Amino acid sequence: MSSSDQTPTARLVLEAGRADRQYWHDIWRYRELFFILAWRDVAVRYKQTVVGFAWAFVRPFMTMVVFTVVFGHIARLSSGDVTPYALMVYGGLLPWTLFSSVFGDASASVMSNANLISKVYFPRMIVPMSTVVVALIDFGVSLIILVGLMVWYRFLPGWQILLLPVFVVLALLASIGPALWAAAIVVKYRDFRFVVPFMLQFGLYASPVGFSSAIVPSEWRLLYNLNPMVGIIDGFRWCIVGGDSPIYLPGFALSLFVIAVMLWIGVGSFRRIERAFADLM
Amino acid sequence: MSDIVISAKGVGKKFVIGHRVETNGLFVDAMVNATRRFFSKGKAALKGGPGVTGDVFEEFWALRDVNFEIKRGELVSIVGHNGAGKSTLLKILSRITEPTTGRIEINGRVTSLLEVGTGFHPELSGRENVFLNGAILGMTRAEVRRRFDEIVAFAGVEKFIDTPVKRYSIGMYARLAFAVAAHLEAEILVIDEVLAVGDSEFQERCLNRMSDMASTGRTVLFVSHNLAAVTALTKRAMVLNAGSLTFDGPVQAALTHYTAGIGKVTNRANWGRGQDATLLAADLIDEQGKPTGRYVPGTPLRLRVAVETSGLPGMCVELVFRDELGLPIGFYSAGIFNQVALPQRAGRFECVITLESQFLAAGQYSVDVETANTNVSTDHSVGNAVQFMVETCSPGSIAFNFRQALGTGALAMTAAGPIEFKPLSDQAG
Repeated sequence: MSSSDQTPTARLVLEAGRADRQYWHDIWRYRELFFILAWRDVAVRYKQTVVGFAWAFVRPFMTMVVFTVVFGHIARLSSGDVTPYALMVYGGLLPWTLFSSVFGDASASVMSNANLISKVYFPRMIVPMSTVVVALIDFGVSLIILVGLMVWYRFLPGWQILLLPVFVVLALLASIGPALWAAAIVVKYRDFRFVVPFMLQFGLYASPVGFSSAIVPSEWRLLYNLNPMVGIIDGFRWCIVGGDSPIYLPGFALSLFVIAVMLWIGVGSFRRIERAFADLM
Repeated sequence: MSDIVISAKGVGKKFVIGHRVETNGLFVDAMVNATRRFFSKGKAALKGGPGVTGDVFEEFWALRDVNFEIKRGELVSIVGHNGAGKSTLLKILSRITEPTTGRIEINGRVTSLLEVGTGFHPELSGRENVFLNGAILGMTRAEVRRRFDEIVAFAGVEKFIDTPVKRYSIGMYARLAFAVAAHLEAEILVIDEVLAVGDSEFQERCLNRMSDMASTGRTVLFVSHNLAAVTALTKRAMVLNAGSLTFDGPVQAALTHYTAGIGKVTNRANWGRGQDATLLAADLIDEQGKPTGRYVPGTPLRLRVAVETSGLPGMCVELVFRDELGLPIGFYSAGIFNQVALPQRAGRFECVITLESQFLAAGQYSVDVETANTNVSTDHSVGNAVQFMVETCSPGSIAFNFRQALGTGALAMTAAGPIEFKPLSDQAG
């Protein structure tokens, strides 16, 4: 920070259990660290690989192909009348991949940056937050594939596509809550390193990625929306394929509520445990 | 506005450590203990406990009731043995960990340097790492860009600045890392033992850089084992001993207190434990058997070592001598070199090891003391267990002080007999 943007007598009191009122202000002060950590993760990601950045394309594309073949052709799950199945799957895969990469990377980030955390002070929340940037870049690449798919199937999206950014933000919020909670708890109980991949694997099948949530019996539909990804995936599909995949509004409202609660718990538990990070590592 | 930048009142830091209860090697006992541990761990986890394993828990105060005040522009060093609480204090001051008790008030921005090259990524180039490391230490990109050329020139790595740092030599890596840190514009700089990198010429540049900082009104807190650097750099020193501040005052008096205190320390619980032979204490002693912090070259080197042994045969004491840079310069093994093992009955023992006289160069030395199962494995190893200083080393009658800083090693070799010059036959006539 240049000397001009801080008060000449930055006064600081260190005490046990002191609620740090400066925390959010500090996060803003350390914003450059946020960007540079994100940049580091991006820059390092494809170093010493042969095809490099192309991996960002290969992964989502191959997953889409596998899902289309397995669910659309072998299991014969249908997608409605007009919409190509591949588009339906991809519309679900996009938010799920965003969610799972933020959740997976962010929850491991605190431990993988242990050397930083035990040697330098900065608001710890910057570390899991910066992994969001990497996930967003991958997401951007996946969007390019989506455009390719639309051209391939000669599919023109409706006006709803303009609302897609809203659901991207929602997907991020939905992932940050549990990710912060997991990132903090992993430091204390390393068991959660094994739990997170399992949760993600389970979540993939518990969320309507390979199928449409319309196939869930209507009396269970509201309950199903306790999984916040249901509302978000439905929203994504609605943006991409329109009326063929309507949003179930009461369920969507419930999903929003669950997201808010998880975010609150995530931030709260992270803030509580982060003070002891250096002692626990 | 008050001129006090750091004021600490009653600062303490508690850790909880777990011990395992001995099992007599019985399988059944071991199973019972393991099961109990499993359940108590689960219970602690549910209650949100500290996540410590063991059968018995013990509270351990790494720091206890530490009080001090530091004024603007002061250069203060903190000295103390391993486990005296120096690093804990620095970690609290740099906000990495919280104190358990007490309160510290800080006026100004603290930049801490607990390690050189924190966050350096091996895959990134030198240039990229300078920006990354700068940001981690709290510099803005604009600040780093402004001082970039200076940093690179200071480190002397211009040619390799776009090479990934994994291809750097250890020296280059350390120089680049320190160069970034040395160009921080901090108000209060906290430094832990990072000068132990690079050659003596580079170290001298670092010391100069630090005194420059102090002369421009910045406050520097400096932790080191290197007593020479401490005296050269600071006027005030704080001595920590087993978590308490035992001395705070002029650096010369502090060093006398520190070196005199070497032998008096009885609480060395922080040394940990070995499996079969645990080191309790180790001191350099003089002819009268009194602990000392100074060694006079050319006299026998006496070390008193106290151990607790389980009585296992074949255990012995070993010593590794290190110079100012921490490089090993000598090794002694009672088991291998003198066939002396620890007593074969359980108990606490003390022995004096008298080593042949050596002409050690003037400077700072440290000794790692270890117990080992001869030819098999190290049992209990205490790095930096003993520190001592050599003031002058003049093996001959000429008043020449042979010092480590000359870069010609730590041992003055002397000839065993007269040196005669005979003319070579082809030059004769």
